Parts: sequence; structure tokens; C-alpha cells
Amino acid sequence: MSQIGSFALLLALALSAYSFLAGLLALLRQGQGSERLGETARRAGIATFAVILLAAVVLVVAAFQNDFSIAYIFHHSNRDLPAPYKFATLWSGQEGSLLFWSLLLAAYALVLRLRYKTDVRLFAHASVIIAAVQVFFLLLLNFAAHPFAVMQGSLPADGNGLNPLLQYPEMVIHPPMLYLGYVGFTIPFAFALAALVMRYPGEKWIHITRRWTMVTWGLLTCGIFLGAHWAYSVLGWGGYWGGDPVENASLMPWLTGTAFLHSVMMQEKRGMLKTWNMWLIFSTFMLSIFGTFLTRSGVVSSVHAFAQSSIGDWFVAFLAVIFATCVFFYVKNRSHLRSEHRLESLVSRESSFLFNNLLLLVACFTVLWGTLFPVLSEWVQGNKVTVGPPFFNRVNIPVALLLLLLTAVGPLLAWRRTSLESLKRNFLWPAIGAVGTGVVLVGLGLRPWKDASYFYSLMTIMLSVLVALTVISEFVRGGRVIGRHTGQRLFASMAQLARRNTRRYGGYIVHFGVIVIMIGFAGSAFNQDREQEMGFGDKMAIGPYTLVCQSYTQDDNPNYASEWAVINVFKGGKQIATLNPERRFYKASQQTSTMVANRSTPQEDLYLVYEGQNQDTGRPIIKAHLNPLVMWIWVGVWIIIAGTALALVPNAPAPVRVPAPARMETAPVVAGD
Amino acid sequence: MQLSFLAAAVFFLLGAGDESARVNDLGHRLMCACGCNQILLECNHVGCSYSDRMRAELIAAVDRADSDDLTLQSFVQKYGPTVLAAPTKTGFNRVAWIAPYMALVLGIGLVSLVVRAWRSRPLLLPADAPAPVHGAELERFREQARKETEG
Repeated sequence: MSQIGSFALLLALALSAYSFLAGLLALLRQGQGSERLGETARRAGIATFAVILLAAVVLVVAAFQNDFSIAYIFHHSNRDLPAPYKFATLWSGQEGSLLFWSLLLAAYALVLRLRYKTDVRLFAHASVIIAAVQVFFLLLLNFAAHPFAVMQGSLPADGNGLNPLLQYPEMVIHPPMLYLGYVGFTIPFAFALAALVMRYPGEKWIHITRRWTMVTWGLLTCGIFLGAHWAYSVLGWGGYWGGDPVENASLMPWLTGTAFLHSVMMQEKRGMLKTWNMWLIFSTFMLSIFGTFLTRSGVVSSVHAFAQSSIGDWFVAFLAVIFATCVFFYVKNRSHLRSEHRLESLVSRESSFLFNNLLLLVACFTVLWGTLFPVLSEWVQGNKVTVGPPFFNRVNIPVALLLLLLTAVGPLLAWRRTSLESLKRNFLWPAIGAVGTGVVLVGLGLRPWKDASYFYSLMTIMLSVLVALTVISEFVRGGRVIGRHTGQRLFASMAQLARRNTRRYGGYIVHFGVIVIMIGFAGSAFNQDREQEMGFGDKMAIGPYTLVCQSYTQDDNPNYASEWAVINVFKGGKQIATLNPERRFYKASQQTSTMVANRSTPQEDLYLVYEGQNQDTGRPIIKAHLNPLVMWIWVGVWIIIAGTALALVPNAPAPVRVPAPARMETAPVVAGD
Repeated sequence: MQLSFLAAAVFFLLGAGDESARVNDLGHRLMCACGCNQILLECNHVGCSYSDRMRAELIAAVDRADSDDLTLQSFVQKYGPTVLAAPTKTGFNRVAWIAPYMALVLGIGLVSLVVRAWRSRPLLLPADAPAPVHGAELERFREQARKETEG
């Protein structure tokens, strides 16, 4: 098994190296035969996918066959591991996850190379760049983090098992989603660099990569929030975001990617920000790699498993090469990136994008700065400091609130220039609605002056209402225009409107998802928790709930031993649920993990954790969290997915208009996004 | 034993009103020293050799009515500076807090400069392009668009 896998990895390295070198030669040599050479490079790239897929399949089969002669399988699997987790072994450790990364990159490249006829030369350039990235990962896999390294000495009877924290259904989909996001940014990066290298005319490369970027961004969003949901459900501390370096690593490219998705519209519509967009997508790709370096090099300490390894130097060298390449071609061809228009007014859609980008980059800088400050502190002061959630919350929450404000104002601004009268007209009712919401909340007992977290919470909800009302007013206004011209009812007109400009209205739906998530975050200011030892019949009160311990017991199966409690939940004197918080002891890895029992409602989550047993009394200790509005975070993610999906759909043609002789003869003008 | 102590401590804590709020506040400004990278009051590792003891020390400090600074400082003395969940606002650590705001201020300054430079830049148009619309004519077009796109 290990020999097949090792051979596949070597062959993949040879093929991708050929794809890179032959592709490069074909681009440099414009003479006879270069076309055929380029074609062989493309086919070698396609073959790379097949060979890496073979290596990945071999590793998964080895996990299912309990082939503990392979060190990776010994360290990350065991005989009694359930089948889905054996499959997840592929990305559960350092070497396997790098192989998975390489496989995803090859899959993306396969699609690109199959669609090369869209623009042969641009795709050939992008293909060479992707092959170069692939060579790096295959060098790592062959010489620094070999997934098929064999065990020395006698063969072990069983493996160490998968980390218990990873034995959770979401871990079967969270890493693939996250990696699809990270790896996916290679594609827009490759196209951007290719366009710069060949001084590609116009904005076609942006149109080609737009869907790639949106899909990648959507997958990264899913990956990040699946990780947050996993942390919430598995780690048992009642939260979903801890400011850990691995979490931060995923957030940084997401922030710059979000900035790119906004600012790229300025290039498409107005031919502006060409240099900025080029560097934004370069930075997004480099931050993906940099995040991987951070979490796999041991430079910063993390609760995640990859932190201790020696492959950091490889990533530093790779980053240096990428940066040098980008700078070289930028300096060489920067005259190609001149802006075609000028900014006419500060009150315009263009400047709202500029400030949106600024705030997203400041947020990204804060995350990067907070992640690296412990290292900097050690250099300067000789001792490390911790930069945890209190720092990130204090610095980034005001930035997030400003971003929410811009999310509300931005869509109301016209391109080029907006008159203050028009802004007032569009903004008045949403602003009244937001202020009214604030007044109602204060009237209901929210006291923002008592605590900063209450203040931030109130502001978040008010600004979210503001965004929601502006989004709704945009739909209603556009829907009315369509309705007037087609005779359709308002909701049908709004659906028609969304289909006619999917990107714009899909974007609004994404904004709506973001505010739903922000409302979920705002609830954390009102979290409560209690901890208590609970014997038979013991009661604990938290918020409107009374918890009564019905029983507690133990169980045992080949993979783990478990203890759990049966807790009846009462509200207003009526039993409404029974929850079973559990703690498991995994035999192979000799590690313990919690299985949280969560009753989630739109109002709040009742979240129970089995903390352990009192050694003297044998009774369980239960920790109860009451976390308001958490469900809205996950609902918001679904809305974002729906919005992204809508934005990916091609625009529908305008419907046939109902003849209206009394009306103006000019075609309806729908404000462009 | 540790857990029973913890349970007792929590009972004590829950009955203490303002003191429990202080413990909650301070406990969220401290990290567990076991290396789990979790906030002290959120560390839930079974058998963690630090968190139970540290929580008990925190409750004792609040019970003695030690000031917040004194309590945090005593933890730093005992467990080192990494026990604080965020950098202090003294010495070099101030840089951690200042840098993001500096970045924001510099960014706003930079964007403002860019906007000013762009506004003063002459417009590059091809020779056969129609003349750009300005002033009253532009406003007239905008008004027409508004009428046609609003109910």
C-alpha cells in the first residue's frame, strides 16, 4: 500500500513539474511546436489530478484496512473507528491534510484545464502558475511531510485513534469546506497574476474568475461557520469563536476576499482600483498560505493539532517566492493597471467601496497583528503575552459596527455621485426604523450605559435593522418598477427583479444573512451560565428553565466508554424536553471528549455540558449555559449560502412589457449596482 | 476532590451577588495556565491541574476584596504574563492596542488622499467618446431615473 502511495506522489510531482516547465517554455517560445508543447503541459496537469487522487484513495483504503504499517494511519486511526471518521482520516493529520490540499488544488486545476478554450493563452498562463503552486505542495509531500512513511520495528496491533474532538459529524465536512475555500483562492490568484504577466487587455479575466471567487468565498464562509458550530457543539465551553490562531488564519483570507468581491465591482463598472484589486487577490492567496504556515509551523501556539512541525521553513520560502514574483511583475507591468476614470464625489458608491475595503483590511490587520503580537513581544520584551478574545472583541467590534453602517449606506449611494437629497430620501425611513428599534429595546429594559457589551449589542441590533430596512426598500422599490411595467404583483416582481440582476440582489441577500449573524452575535452579551453537582432529583434553575436530574449512568462500546446524565427540562412548570449531556473516554487515544446537549430555539440555546463526576459522591457535575439568539448565527449562514447561490445564477432576460400607451416611451432605467 | 471543591466554590460564587459578577469579569480576563489556550472560566478539561486551583484563588482574592489590579497582578506573579487574556496597557504592550487604531487612522488618511488625488485627476477619454454629462444635465437624468425606478 505505502509503495503505491509513495510512487503516486513521486509521479504526481514529476507530472506537475513537467506541466510547469513545459507550459512555461511553451509560453516563452512563441515559435513552432510551442502549441503542442503547451498541450502536453495541459495534459500532464490533468494527469496530475488522476495520480494525486490515486494517492488519496490509497491512504483512505489503508485507513479502512487498518494498515498500521503506515505511520500516518497508526497515528490517526484505529480498528474500532467508525467508517465516516476513517474516511476523514485523510485530513485529520498534517501529512494527510497536505495531500488533501494538493488533491483539491488538482481538482480545481482540472476544471480550469478542461475549460481552457474560453481563452487559451490566459488559461495557459494560469495553468502554469497553478502547476508551480502544485509543485510546492508535492515537494512538501514527497520530502517533508510524507503521508506514506512506514512504521519502524514490529507492526502495532492497533492505532492511536483519531483525536476525539474530531469524532463529530461536522468534522467530516468542515475541513473539506475550509480547504476548498483556501485552495480555491489559488484560481483567482493565478488568473490575476496571469493577466498581469501578459498585460491582458480589459476586465475579461475578472469576468472569468468572478464565479470562481464567489464559489470559493462561499465555501470558505461555510467552512469557517462549520468550524464555529463544531467548536460550539464539541468543545463544551459554550462559545463558538475563541480567537485561536487557527481560527484567525481562516478569517484573514476571508476578510481580504470579501474586500476583493466588493472592490472588483469598481473595476468592472468604472475601470478603477486595478492595482488595488490585483494586490487584494495576491494578498488573499498569500494569507491562505500564511495562515497554513502559522498553524503548521509552531510559531504560535494553538489548540489545534498541527501546531508542532518542522515544515514552517518551506512555507516561509514559498511565501517569499510568491511575494517576489508578484512584486516583480507588478513593477514590470504596472503601467497596464492605470485607472480609466476618476472619482467624482466623496458621496458615491465608489467611495463607499473604498471605505468598506479600508475597514475590512483594518479588521484583517487587527487579526494578523493580534495573532503575531505574542511572537513580537517575545522578540522585544523577552516574554510572550496572550492575545485572546478580550483584545479581538475590543478592537474589532467597533470596526464591525462601522462596516454594518456602510453596509446600510453603500447600496443607497449611486455610482459617480449621490445628491444629499436622494440620500436623505432613501435613508430617512430605515434610519427612523433603526432608532425606533433602539428606543423599544431600551424601553424593554436594555441598559446600554451599564456595560460596554450591552452598548455594542444595542448598536449591532439597531444597525442590523437599518441594513435590513435598506435591503427591503431596495427590493420593494425595484419590485414596484417591474410591477408597473409587467403588471405582476409585488412579490412576483421582486422575484423577477432578483432573477434579472442576480449578482446585485444575491449580494443584498448575503448582506441580509450577515445582519442575521450579527444579531446572533449580539445575543452573547446576555449569556448566562451555572454549574452544579446534580444527584437524582436535584434541581438547577437558569433563566426561565428548571433542570431536574432524572438519572445518570454509564455505557461502554469498543470505541469509547461514556458517562451521561438524563436531565428533564421544565419551563413554566411544564416539562418541555429531556437532554442527555455526555462525556466520552476514547480508548485508543486515551482522551476524553464532551458531547454537549443543546436545546436550540430562536430565542435562546439551553446548552448542557457534563463536566465530570464528583469523585467522592459519584454524582455528575452539570454546567448549564443559556445563550440567547445563537440559532440566528446558523440561520444567517444559510441565508448567505442562498444569496451566494443566487448571485452565481446567470441573469434572466427582461420580460416582455405590457403595452402602456399612456406612459413614457423610454425604457425603464434600473439603478445599476 | 478537585471537582467537589469546584462545585462548592461555584455554590459560594453563585450566592455572592456582586462578588460573582467580579469573579466572572476577572475570570474572563485570565487564561487557564494549563496550556489549553482557553479563558479561565471556560476551561473545561477533565483533570486539568490548573483551572480548579486558579478559580479558587480568584474567588479567595475577590473574597478578600483585593482590587482588580492587585488580583490580576498576583496571577501574573504566580503564573507569568501569559495568564492575562489580553496585553496590558503599559510599556511595549501598549503597541498591541495602539497599532490597529493607528492603522485605521492612517487608512482613513490614505483613502482621503487617494480620493482627493482622483478627484483632481484629468479624465482620460478616447477621442470619439461622447462628452461626459455634468451639472444640471446629470441631475436631470438622475431625476428621470428616479421617477422611473420609484413608486
